Order: sequence, then C-alpha cells, then structure tokens
Amino acid sequence: MSAELLSQLAPGDKARIAGFSLPGESLSRLFEMGLTTGAAVEVVRFAPLGDPIDIKVRGYHLSLRKREAAGIQIERI
Amino acid sequence: MDHPQVSETPRAVAASSVRHIAIAGNPNCGKSTIFNALTGLRQKVGNYPGVTVERKTGRFFGTHGEPMVLVDLPGSYSLQVHSADEAVARDVLLGRTDMPRPEAVVVVVDASNLERNLYLAAQLLDLQIPMVLALNMVDVAEQNGTRIDKAALEREFGVPVVPMVASKGIGLLELKQTLSREVLPAPDKRPPVPEAIEKEAQALAKRLRADQGSPFSEALLLLTLQESGLEELARHEPAILTPTMEALARLRAAGVEPLATLVEARYEWIGELCSRVVHQEGEVSKLTLSDRIDLIVTHRVWGWVAFLGVMAIMFFCIFTVAQYPMEWIEGGFGWLGEQAKALIPEGHFQSLVTDGVIAGVGGVVVFLPQILILYFFLGLLEDSGYMARAAFMMDRVMSSVGLHGKSFIPLLSSFACAIPGIMASRTIENRKDRLVTILVAPLMSCPARLPVYALMIAVMMPVASAAAKAGIMLSMYVLGAVTAFLMAWIFKKTLLKSEKPMLLLELPPYRMPALKSIGLRMWERSGIFLRRAGTVILSFSVILWALLKFPEPVNPETSKADAISQSYGGQLGHFIEPVIRPLGYDWKIGIGIIGSFAAREVFVGTMAIVYNLESEDEAPAKAEDGGKPKDEAKPAAEAKDGAEAKAAGEGESVDKEEKEKDEVRDAMLAEKHADGTPVFTPLVCVSLMVYYVLAMQCLATVAVVRRETNSWRWPLFMVGYMSVLAWGASFVIYQAGRLLGF
Repeated sequence: MSAELLSQLAPGDKARIAGFSLPGESLSRLFEMGLTTGAAVEVVRFAPLGDPIDIKVRGYHLSLRKREAAGIQIERI
Repeated sequence: MDHPQVSETPRAVAASSVRHIAIAGNPNCGKSTIFNALTGLRQKVGNYPGVTVERKTGRFFGTHGEPMVLVDLPGSYSLQVHSADEAVARDVLLGRTDMPRPEAVVVVVDASNLERNLYLAAQLLDLQIPMVLALNMVDVAEQNGTRIDKAALEREFGVPVVPMVASKGIGLLELKQTLSREVLPAPDKRPPVPEAIEKEAQALAKRLRADQGSPFSEALLLLTLQESGLEELARHEPAILTPTMEALARLRAAGVEPLATLVEARYEWIGELCSRVVHQEGEVSKLTLSDRIDLIVTHRVWGWVAFLGVMAIMFFCIFTVAQYPMEWIEGGFGWLGEQAKALIPEGHFQSLVTDGVIAGVGGVVVFLPQILILYFFLGLLEDSGYMARAAFMMDRVMSSVGLHGKSFIPLLSSFACAIPGIMASRTIENRKDRLVTILVAPLMSCPARLPVYALMIAVMMPVASAAAKAGIMLSMYVLGAVTAFLMAWIFKKTLLKSEKPMLLLELPPYRMPALKSIGLRMWERSGIFLRRAGTVILSFSVILWALLKFPEPVNPETSKADAISQSYGGQLGHFIEPVIRPLGYDWKIGIGIIGSFAAREVFVGTMAIVYNLESEDEAPAKAEDGGKPKDEAKPAAEAKDGAEAKAAGEGESVDKEEKEKDEVRDAMLAEKHADGTPVFTPLVCVSLMVYYVLAMQCLATVAVVRRETNSWRWPLFMVGYMSVLAWGASFVIYQAGRLLGF
C-alpha cells in the first residue's frame, strides 16, 4: 500500500502524519518542531513560486519544501 | 538522581552572591523584549569564546535592590542543537562555557503557540535547575479565544508561572518578584521518559564526567544524537562514545528509536497537559488577523507588490535619506580636521592626525547612517514577522543555486554593507551553507563602491544623460548580484558540496515591532560596527598615510606627484604595474588599488593625491559620499578654483567634495601615457569598474569574516578567489575590448 504524501495535498487539506522516510538529521528537527507521528497538519498555501509549503501544525505556521514534504506519509482526515 | 555537586553550580547559595539567571526560549517568543525591559541599557554585548554568537548579559535589580545578572540566550527550539546559536544556549545551560552556570532559568513561552513552545521548556525541566515560566503574549492568546489556567499550569509543570504581555510591560514586576525569592526551588517534575530509554540514560549518566551538572539531561542528549553529533562526540569526547553507541545498539535491538520515542513522549505529555490547562473559547479555526495579512502578503500577485515595495522603501532610505546625516558627518570631520590643523604645528604629527587619523576615522563613520537605517529596517522586518515571509517568498529562487531562503536576507543586507550581511548569516543552520553565503556576500555592491563607479562613469562619459549613467551604475549592481549567485552555485557544487539544505522555517504571527528593542539593537550593532571596522580602517589609513609620505624627498622643491611616485606607496605601485598592465592600468591606478584594499572609497582621495590636486588636508582616506551619483558635468574652469573653496569652512565641504571629484575627473581625462595616448579610455574605465565590483577590497569585511569563521582560512580564500575573479574579468574585458578596437 502506498500511503499519500504531505506534498500531494492541496491548500485546505487536513491530514494526520503516518510516517517518515527522511534521513535522521532532518528528522530530528522535524520531530522537535512538532511534526511527530499522529500530529494533525493542514496545508495552508504554497509560496508564490510554488515552493515551499506553508502548513499549520500544533497551532502554528511552519514552512517546509515539497522535497521534505514528499518524505512524510499522511492519512487524510 | 545522584547529582555530583560542583562548586560552580551554587544552587543552594541564596542572595549572598550575585544571582546569574539565564533567559531562554524559542525564537519569536518575545524573549528579547523581556530581557530589554529588565535590563535596559545596563547590557553588555560580547562574544562566546571560539564562536561568534553574541553573548548578551545585563544587570537588573531584584525587588530588594539586590543586583542580578541576566544572560540572554539565543533563541532555540531544542537542546538538541542544529545551529551555532542553539549550541550556545545549550552550552550555557549545561555549564559548558567559561561563565558560571546559571542558577535559574526563565523560560519564555508564547501563550498563543503554547504546545510547540513548551517543548523546549519540557526539555529544560530535565536539567533540574530552578525554572520560572514566563507565559508571554497572553493578550494575543486571548484574542484568539485561548485562556490559559495559570494555577493549573504551575501545578502540572511544577514551576512558578508568570503571565505577561512584555511589550506593554505587564507582568514584569511579578517576574522580578519571582526571581527575587530567597530560594528558587528546582522543579519537582520532569516529563516522563519511556522506560527503556530512562534505564539507559540513568546508566549512561553515571559514566559522565563528574563536573557535569545535569548528567541525566546530558545522557538524554547523547542518546538522541544523530550521525553528525556522534562524529563530533568521537572527536571531542571519545571516552563517552563507546558506552553511548552500546546503549544505542541495545535500544535499537529492542525496537526503540530513541529520538522519535522521546520526542513523541514529550509532545504527548505536553498535549495532555495542555488539554487540562488551555481553555479554548469560540471557534478555533477562524482566521486570525495575522492569517488575514498573510492572505495578501504571500499572495502570488500582491505578495510581490508588497515585497518589492518593502525593498524599494528600504533602499530609498538607505541611499537618499542617509545623505543628510552623511553630509553632516563629513562636514563635522572636515571641521575637526581644520581645527587640528590650526592647533597642531605643521609637520609629520599634524599630517598624521589630519590626513591619517581624522580622515581615516571619518571615512568609516560616514557610513554609519546607512548602516543604522539598514539595521532599523532589518529590525522592523524581523520583529514584525515579515522577514520569515521574505524568506518564504524567495526560497525557490535561492534553492536554484543550492541555498535556502534564510540566505536571502544576508545577501540583501550586503547591498548596504557586507558586514551586517555577514553577521546576519548566523541564522543559517548548515555550516557549509552559511560559509557559501558569507563568501559571496561581498560581491553585492555596497555604497563604498559608489564613489568609484560615479567617478569612472563621469570620466567615461562626461556629457551623457543622467539616465545613461544610472543605467551603467545599475548594470554594475546586477553584475555583482549575478556573480554572487553564480559563485554560490559553483561553491555548492564543488568546494562546499553538501545536500540541498532542508528548510524548516517558522512563520510567526505578525506583531507590532517594539521600537525600544530595535533602538537598542541599532545602538549595540553600530557600536560593534564602529569598533570592528574603525580599528582596522584606522590602522590601515595610518599605514597608508605613511606609505605615501615616506621616504620624504630630499629636495623640498620636489612636486607632490613626484614625491608620491618616489614614496613606498609609489614604489609599490610601480612594482605591481606589470600585473595590472594587462588590465589597462598604470602604476598610478595601482596606488589607488593598493589604497583601496583598506576600503574602496579611498580610491577617489588617493587618486586626488596622486594627481597632485590637493593640499595636505585632503587625506588619502578621504571618504567620498557614498550615495547619489553626482553627474553634473561642471565646467573645468570652476573646478580649478576648488582650492579657494577649501578655506570656506564646513558649510561648503559638500561643494568641496563635488569639486574634488570634478578635479579628479578632469585630471584623469587629461592623463596621458608616455606615448601621448590617454590613460582613461572608456575601456579602462569599464575594466576598472568591473574590478571594483568583483575585488575584495575591504579590510573590515576580511576581519569580520575572520571572526565569523574563526580562522584565517576562509577570509584568505575569499580574498584569493575574489582577486582572481576581478583580475580575470577585467583582463578579459580589456583585452577583448582592445581586439574589438575600443
């Protein structure tokens, strides 16, 4: 089963984080910024040039690139 | 836990000695506002040894007048460090630096973003040092319908909580009172650690060096190290590497990924705690004011309008508004020079003071208004939250050369001055990316190049329209910026090869910036600028003065131009002539280039001396006004009268500047090679301008890069690559131009 990825969501979509496929160094920061398994995220918008993404997680806005978002598996809610 | 008590963690010592208190928190939580409100101007800014993160401490007085020292730690998201800033915060809190380990820590959390902010606070609970939670921006939280139960939070977190609105001074007194308590107890709680990790951490803690104040915290940090962290551990503390690796292996064999497990456990604890402490009234998902601003500011059309508008206003102020104070400063130094000249009898000493010291210092101070305006805008953009949006908008562009959005601000600032630009690169987490940003920052044209561009354009086309001149000027700026991007791309591909950095950027809610904070920062930054840049330029202008002054001609009738030709500086100019000949320059331009190594704007003044235009009060380190290109082609006759204007005093010093440039221009136009051909052909002018775009000619920048990278390696490399670049480009332009018949 191939899970959906955070990078595939459109603005306004909400999801829950299901898993990661990213190198450890990137992961530690993602975790500490609150992007842990089970955390709810909402895609708010894409930057005017298409990348990065502005997401809402744990009540605040965080921006990350599609490249990293493509390493985050999600389940839509 | 069995803490080895060490002498320099006097936790039990109460009011008898001066209490050291650290103030920590996430970026954008209002930490600096609280620090500034408590300490005001009683601040000291220094550096942590070995790193370039600013060390800010300040004194304040408790409710009974007892002095206390507050240490402002750089904003950080976690003790598990990702940037130099965060490393400093960690090291101070763990007592790894040369300063005494703080006896207590104030953790500032943003009430409107509680969950994420409490993560660091939860991690700091593990330190088991006395903690006060400053719950800041409760007003914003309330606007969003969030009410936080202070008593419940104190109970759940186990530390005193002070609700605050620091920007309005609300809660400051309560914070002071809390910090003045006779005894600050250590927290009676710490976040739960999953059993397997707890066991390994306890065991590991026992093997740590006895002088570590919070061994359990240290052990948790060791167990969550990633690859690069482990490599560093192997280098610095190999003794502890083996037990750490063994513990990690055991955990992984049991199916426990320590980092993920630990972070999730902390967030879970925080989540549950928040559900009991935070009361949400009204709709959660409604758009806040900040969200509504973002609808426009990050809009695909209006976003760019706003972005360009902000940049335009900033540079308009830097290049035009700054003119007035710059003229006053020049006038002031001119007056000072006159006074010194009147007071000190003629001779070497007078010449040293007026030509060397006063002109040298003036040459630096004159850029202060531009730098202050830049810092004012940077502070405004940073504190309002717009900076993060600018990085968000520009990230795509920056990523095309392998950098990320955070490199944008340092490069942009470098248009005003590379020094603040390079210092602004500190927020870049990845070391290699930071280095690339630093290395290319000086390619952005700064105002110190303007006088050179303006002079060269005036020589090249004395009668052209202002628009044509502005066009050439602009193309020099573009050349610098394009080269910077190109070099960044090359460095990222070769020398500083690394993965494309990850961007993880918080977009904080917009806020009304506090002018006091910005003012304080301008005050302290300008001090740093004056000290760092001033000392270097001052000493170099004295050296330059000596180079052009000695050895003195035996015959007092020798003309000034001949004296310079025979001086050490002149000899140096002759010496390097073979190298710069292929670029179209003669030895006189060589002297100008040598002089420019201290600071580019020196070129015009040096040329003035070389062409024997000025009496001795016009120093080599003369600062040309950095701003507007002065294009009016004045009749040569008027320029000839320039000498008379000199005595007219400070009020006309600006006119004098104008005349100086016109005189230099006319002298340059008249300058001939031995064979009678003009020296300053348009081709030479272009070649020289391109040289000034690309060459590293700013000793102050070199000194700052030395500080920021903590070695001579990178500043020397910077000088090297930029010299090659400048020479190469000018060579190609001059030689190709000649072949094409220019």
